[in-house]
Amino acid sequence: MFGLHYKLETKAIALVIAIIGVASIGGIVEIAPLFTIDQTVEEAPDMRVLTPLELAGRNIYIREGCNACHSQMIRTLRDEVERYGPYSRAVESQYDHPMLWGSKRTGPDLARVGGKYSDAWHTAHLINPRDLVPQSVMPAYPWLARTQLRTDDLALHLTRLRQLGVPYNEAMIANAAADAAGQAAPNTERAWDVADRYGEATNVRDFDGAHGAPTEMDALVAYLQMLGRQTSIAETPVGEAQ
Amino acid sequence: MLSELTTGQRQAAMVFLALFAFGGLFVAGFGGADPIAGHGWLVLAIALLSLFAVLTRYFDPEPAADRSGAYYDAPVKAGIIIAMIWAVAGMFVGDWVAWLLVNPNLTFVEEAWASFGRLRPVHTTAVIFGFGGNALIATSLYVVQRTCRTRLAGHLSPLFVLWGYNLFCLLAVTGYLWGINQSKEYAEPEWYADIWLVIVWVVYFVLYLRTLARRKEPHIYVANWYYLAFILVVAILHIVNGLALPLSWAQAKSYSLFSGVQDAMTQWWYGHNAVAFFLTAGFLGMMYYYLPKRAGRPIFSYRLSIISFWGITFFYMWAGSHHLHYTALPQWVQTLGMTFSLMLLIPSWASAGNALLTLNGAWHKVRDDATLRFMFLAAVFYGLSTFEGSFMAIRSVNALSHYTDWTVGHVHAGALGWVAMITFGAIYASVPWLWKRQSMWSPALVEVHFWLALAGTLIYVFAMWNSGIIQGLMWRTYNESGTLAYSFIESLEAMHPYYIARAVGGLFFLIGALVACYNIWMTIRTPQTASVLKDDVPQGRADPTLEMGR
Repeated sequence: MFGLHYKLETKAIALVIAIIGVASIGGIVEIAPLFTIDQTVEEAPDMRVLTPLELAGRNIYIREGCNACHSQMIRTLRDEVERYGPYSRAVESQYDHPMLWGSKRTGPDLARVGGKYSDAWHTAHLINPRDLVPQSVMPAYPWLARTQLRTDDLALHLTRLRQLGVPYNEAMIANAAADAAGQAAPNTERAWDVADRYGEATNVRDFDGAHGAPTEMDALVAYLQMLGRQTSIAETPVGEAQ
Repeated sequence: MLSELTTGQRQAAMVFLALFAFGGLFVAGFGGADPIAGHGWLVLAIALLSLFAVLTRYFDPEPAADRSGAYYDAPVKAGIIIAMIWAVAGMFVGDWVAWLLVNPNLTFVEEAWASFGRLRPVHTTAVIFGFGGNALIATSLYVVQRTCRTRLAGHLSPLFVLWGYNLFCLLAVTGYLWGINQSKEYAEPEWYADIWLVIVWVVYFVLYLRTLARRKEPHIYVANWYYLAFILVVAILHIVNGLALPLSWAQAKSYSLFSGVQDAMTQWWYGHNAVAFFLTAGFLGMMYYYLPKRAGRPIFSYRLSIISFWGITFFYMWAGSHHLHYTALPQWVQTLGMTFSLMLLIPSWASAGNALLTLNGAWHKVRDDATLRFMFLAAVFYGLSTFEGSFMAIRSVNALSHYTDWTVGHVHAGALGWVAMITFGAIYASVPWLWKRQSMWSPALVEVHFWLALAGTLIYVFAMWNSGIIQGLMWRTYNESGTLAYSFIESLEAMHPYYIARAVGGLFFLIGALVACYNIWMTIRTPQTASVLKDDVPQGRADPTLEMGR
């Protein structure tokens, strides 16, 4: 065996091919089946897609690097389930391009933070976390409330996600910018349209408490309030969910 | 550096830079309000500056027609200096964000770019890719020439690799500050920076392979196996994990091709193997050259080298799923990840043992020579952190350690203790060799740096062990009535003293890097000594310490 290697190391190309071959096996065996085995992701017929406003909020969450300190993956451990809610199912992140499971909890898990706090709490907390939680080490994000949300390209965002398999329909794409504004303007014509297109369970509220065109604060709070509320599958026992 | 180029190459470089500047202008114009426009301007500025630099050297005398009688060290020297600049910048930002966790009001400016979430990837990218990557490229170009006893196969391509790679790093860190981040850990840059890195990497690979093809030795020395594995596997990982659909060619944002559980697995297959092939294989290549050279003793066992090389190449690629224990990832993948992580201890300790046994008989040198001691300590930390890594990959241990500072401590035991120490050792060894000096300007300052680095690492790692384990325990502690005993914020409050200790440890390490910069600067400024390293030419005799098959 060592004699064979003594010959191998005289041939650069052979060494290159051997390295590629040996290194590829692990990934092929572990990753490829995840796309083909049916049980990898369970069925959740009530799974909703993110609204344009929530999607914009998700992109702000990514832009600010929130996932460096907040996980969105409740593990199958008793203390986690009691602290954060039912453990996360694969289907709950099936439309997440990319996933935001995270790897570190400098702050708490956010997989089911939606609905736990009021919009006013989130807005005040994001403007200065220490106004509400004096011991917090989270950065303050005061500029979110001052910055208008860019909505003109949201249709393109939805189009790209549909190309990747997220079930947005034509009407959703055509009205993406209007829906983003509508979701943050309750009791208007556009607000009813949002509920029609994305389901009655969609939060339609003035998230940042300030009237007018949606801000980045509206989007981020809308996203946070949706977390864990795309499907009710996690409340059903595993056997029945299958 | 530029005077090594022929007139034709200078012209080619200028045409390329002009095209590049035009491309930057194009993106800046069409990007409009999108943050990608900022990168268009950045590329334009860098291309114009580089163009100007080439222009000032355009009329320099042509280099000799046959230069095969000397090694091409200009890119190696540049790479080492650039690596040290990134080291200081990256460690400075790292320590800044560490202090932000002590007191979040230390932002000084209430601007988006100064918030923790945007600065953190600047730290990770600057130290891993800026410091580590440049050190790997520079040392690999040094080592491949010496072990093959031939000059690099190209004069323009090494400069392109170095220039292009640092452009990638700059696009990455400036992007985070402007809010361009695709969220994948240790792969945060967006699609266009990723594509650019692939181009640079292909040129790097071809350069490396062509230099190997010119070797005068029949056998490819073991350090080159590792550098090759580093180049090849990082390319595979980077391409697969980076697959994404951009919004449009003039917008920075993209959506990852994969989603949810498949994306998580791909990300950690990438993430863990970035540790394996960037932070381990590449630096093992460094160790396999500089440690025996500095100790003046050949590697202890050729067979152990073979076993550990193929073991690392094969086992590591399975281990990524240990980052996803108890998650929605199917259990069979978690179990495979855990199993291979445990088996990984064999080749890891084989490497560490091989390095330490090489020092057997040279312990007096380890005692007296801080440079060699850096390498010795690196091998020790490599052994310790790979043991810790396998231990943390056990599912029940991971239940406690995951999501806590223990992981951060583990990463830094590897990054400070292993990666940075072996790099400092290699740099201290090669700076006098490259600049033809008798030794470093001040061996005493190398000694100072050694103790600062060791103290900083120990303070850091102990602080994070404590905070991580306390955090993990507090999260799962129940009181007598059967409910959770601590709120999350109570666990955060308990971290405060350890976060201070961590930031102090980091500061020690940063000061050490500054001392190194000063020492390197002064070494370069001292006059050249003519007589050193007569054999450091391609025609020199084969180095007995690098002989294969022992």
